[in-house]
Amino acid sequence: MAASILRRSLLAPRCRAGDVAALHSGPSRRRAQGLGPIASGRRAGNSPAGERGVAPWVAVVGLEIHAQISSNSKLFSGSQVQFAAPPNSLVSFFDASLPGTLPALNRRCVEAAVMTGLALNCSINKKSLFDRKHYFYADLPAGYQITQQRLPVAVNGSLSYSLCVGGKKNQMVTRTVRIKQIQLEQDSGKSLHDDTRSQTLIDLNRADVGLMEVVMEPDMSSGEEAAAAVRELQLILQTLGSSQAIMAEGQLRVDANVSVHHPGEAYGVRTEVKNINSARFLARAIDYEIQRQIKELENGGTVMNETRAFDYKLGCTIPMRDKEGKQDYRFMPEPNLPPLILYDTKSLPANMNHQQVVNIDWIRERLPDLPSVRRVKLVEQYGILPEHSFTLLNEDGLMEFFENVVRQTPMNPRKLIGWILNDMLGYLKQHNLTVKESPVSSLFLADLLNLLEKGTISSSAAKQVLEELWKGEEKTPLQIVKEKKLELIQDQQELEQICQAVMEGHQEEVMEIKKGNQKVLNKLIGLVQRTTRGRADPVLVKQILEKRLSQ
Amino acid sequence: MLRVSLSEISAALKEGRVSPTELCQRCLSFIKATKFLNAYITIAEDTALKQAEESEERYRRGQILGDLDGIPVAVKDNFNTAGIETTCASNMLKGYIPPYSATVVQKLLDQGAVLLGKTNLDEFAMGSGSTDGIFGPVRNPWSYSRQYREKCVQNSHTENEDSNWLVTGGSSGGSAAAVSSFTCFAALGSDTGGSTRNPAAHCGVVGLKPTYGLISRHGLIPLVNSMDVPGILTRCVDDAAIVLGVLAGHDPKDSTTVQDPFKPFELTSFIDASKLCIGIPKEYHAPGLSSETLALWSKAADLFENAGAKVIEVSLPHTRYSIICYHVLCTAEVASNMARFDGLEYGHRSSMDKSTEVMYAATRREGFNDVVRGRILSGNYFLLKQNYETYFIKAQKVRRLIANDFVNVFRSGIDVLLTPTTLSDTIPYVEFIKEDNRTRSAQDDIFTQAANMAGLPAITVPTALSEKGLPIGLQFIGRAFQEQQLLTVAKWFENQVKFPMIQLQGMMDHGHTVCHHQKSAFFS
Repeated sequence: MAASILRRSLLAPRCRAGDVAALHSGPSRRRAQGLGPIASGRRAGNSPAGERGVAPWVAVVGLEIHAQISSNSKLFSGSQVQFAAPPNSLVSFFDASLPGTLPALNRRCVEAAVMTGLALNCSINKKSLFDRKHYFYADLPAGYQITQQRLPVAVNGSLSYSLCVGGKKNQMVTRTVRIKQIQLEQDSGKSLHDDTRSQTLIDLNRADVGLMEVVMEPDMSSGEEAAAAVRELQLILQTLGSSQAIMAEGQLRVDANVSVHHPGEAYGVRTEVKNINSARFLARAIDYEIQRQIKELENGGTVMNETRAFDYKLGCTIPMRDKEGKQDYRFMPEPNLPPLILYDTKSLPANMNHQQVVNIDWIRERLPDLPSVRRVKLVEQYGILPEHSFTLLNEDGLMEFFENVVRQTPMNPRKLIGWILNDMLGYLKQHNLTVKESPVSSLFLADLLNLLEKGTISSSAAKQVLEELWKGEEKTPLQIVKEKKLELIQDQQELEQICQAVMEGHQEEVMEIKKGNQKVLNKLIGLVQRTTRGRADPVLVKQILEKRLSQ
Repeated sequence: MLRVSLSEISAALKEGRVSPTELCQRCLSFIKATKFLNAYITIAEDTALKQAEESEERYRRGQILGDLDGIPVAVKDNFNTAGIETTCASNMLKGYIPPYSATVVQKLLDQGAVLLGKTNLDEFAMGSGSTDGIFGPVRNPWSYSRQYREKCVQNSHTENEDSNWLVTGGSSGGSAAAVSSFTCFAALGSDTGGSTRNPAAHCGVVGLKPTYGLISRHGLIPLVNSMDVPGILTRCVDDAAIVLGVLAGHDPKDSTTVQDPFKPFELTSFIDASKLCIGIPKEYHAPGLSSETLALWSKAADLFENAGAKVIEVSLPHTRYSIICYHVLCTAEVASNMARFDGLEYGHRSSMDKSTEVMYAATRREGFNDVVRGRILSGNYFLLKQNYETYFIKAQKVRRLIANDFVNVFRSGIDVLLTPTTLSDTIPYVEFIKEDNRTRSAQDDIFTQAANMAGLPAITVPTALSEKGLPIGLQFIGRAFQEQQLLTVAKWFENQVKFPMIQLQGMMDHGHTVCHHQKSAFFS
């Protein structure tokens, strides 16, 4: 099917002048600290809250998250699902809503939703229903979306997530957000607006791809919390394999409901910030909206119940003249789909074809370890700090990398983790690389750490080797050590001579130490290391220097 | 030869007394000869001849696909037919050539049936006269029957012969007219509130609405998804059973079809009437029921009773709410189902394209007639958040009550219900159009609609001619998925009443217009 072409009728969202101004001249944005009240810029800056007797503001954030189900075929048709396929190349007659076509539910999508529901501690509804949600939009060919409005597949769950708090962000706290429901629904197609020719091009490849809408109760109070909750959800989905949850590919899309109020008062009017499709901007978009509402209210304005979009270029939310607005979706039951019936081992009818039923217990038994469990195991097994376990899981593939290295070296994992998190991850971040793209394999890193562990090289020499390894040449750490002559100086006499020479060259420091200023000793050790290009064993050097200084 | 039943022509084909090509050509030329009936929207001459040739080849090799091989059939123009225009008699789909065939169409073709063409209907099957499609009204073949003409002359209020032609009923009027006028041996209709049974009754043919879920709706352009069922129109009950055997069964493309395997059956000619319990629902004694039909109905009850059957008056107390309930549920689903016709992916697109919204509005205004637009409007009203509880939910609850009435009656031991199909015999077009579509639909579906509400199988059997010489049918409603029992009773009844064959004047190509038939033993 050729892409349909029509004139564009929606206005491109633009930041209003006021919004842009607010961004630049508004109160300095502060991160809301946990559940604590947020001090508005003005109150914090100009007049102390205590003097005015006005309570600070509290923000309330709820999320609706659409996760694309990882499945070979679509929710109600047999079309393939594939990211970035040529436009309209994956469109069945049903996806294009040809008259007379009917939906046939994809079992894999149901299983993914059940799996996700179980992982989020939901009760799974053994009977759920499908509804039609109506609105006219060019990328919604049927004029309605099939969703689960009345009786969704999973309800009443919870998600625990952790984040760093405190001034130095060094304290981990765990919070819980309630999951209201998880519903199965169809994705829409995509509209591509061609402004110059004032046309809209429609790509239906995405139409009817299965989505899970995860509705989180407004239990969060800042962008940071929301971002942490979304990140945890993303990890869970990826662990389950129920969604690839790659935000950049639109597999995880977040809408945030945001309002502010004074403690003890009723919740404020909320706005919906739509389509936050970037992990990076999630917290910023929500915090911006919180601050915008506070500012609006403090200036005597009101917050309108509206839908806003986050413009990541301008860094602000802007009102959408959206397709939905004050629309009445005219929900009605989807008559072409019978109720979705799920079974557990107890209710499973004996004569039922197992290919055609979904058994909740069967899925529950096969759930993989969730991130929270993996973290606990990491801490217990390797003795690393809890926050390290978070980092290991947060970076895709890092935990596996870590465990591979651990397996190949006798080095204590608690020591080893520093190399992974500081040296390796630092480098990768700096160069915008993923763990999978790392030029240093787990094998080479283990080799290197083995050299260190065996006392062949010093840790500063190891760092030099690592610098070489980043170049991604096929040299082994040992080859590099040999080429650069980085082995520790084993000859005690040679080392004694070098120490002697350093002392002679730095009489002032020697005097200082002799006067009792032991700190200066480190400087001397450093000087020895510089002279030996890191080839001296620092423990040995210290012993020699101390011995000679006391003579 | 064209006037025989499907099973008879099937036997003739097997015995080589006629070839599929010859049969197809005869039908095609007879379709042309009866063009003024307006029964067909599209005549698929080329593909039909090709299918007939292929069938002939199979007969030659002795490898026929089934009982339908070589048999000319027609399909209502709201079933998708790959490569053949499918219009729903609407400007919206005029020129639309679907890329796939409805499951039922495919099943016919897989059996070797020859698809002659697509039959006329009310736009999107919304109507009870087959008068409201963009291709004009269908004329009832009985308008041109000797039986009717003679009575007309007697009553002598025919100034202009042509102005007195009769409507077929609807919305599957094209299919009913096609079967009735011998241009095909079986036709598919659709039945949402009586759209198969109503025109079948008015055209003197058998009209079967199977149990909801027994036959796939995939490819049937929907009116009301929760009530639509593909209907079967044939000359006799046996033929309906044959076609049902071909069409029934689970379809993975229609999740509302039942999984239980369907076993095709042959009907026995003899039944032990003493073991039969016939229910006569008293609520069907409705205002507007013609005295003729009432008399016929009661005679039919006597017939069963005299044969030893138990005939019991039963009550379906909620049936009287069926029409109003249907109005809400039908329009709501219509509003939803019609939302896809926006001019983007297929069908009509207005040239007004100032903005997407303008284009939508203009496309839908130009594409749909008043009836469709009216139903969309009321349906959307009923679905508004503030109205949903009051109308839609309430209507659903009433629907449940209507369905439960049937459950209770069948639980009490009733095997089959006997009712009229329509209030009276059909009327001239000029009379019919004095009332609007909505009023007509409400009146005409009164006896048929409850079966759709409850999803039950029902069949109309032509019973006798009225004083005007026009057919009157009676309806049997059976238990869900008990088609075999229902059709067995219907066949027994059919054998008893000996409905006269239509005697078409001046339409048959070879001039032998008057055939010798037994006079109805029943209507005398």
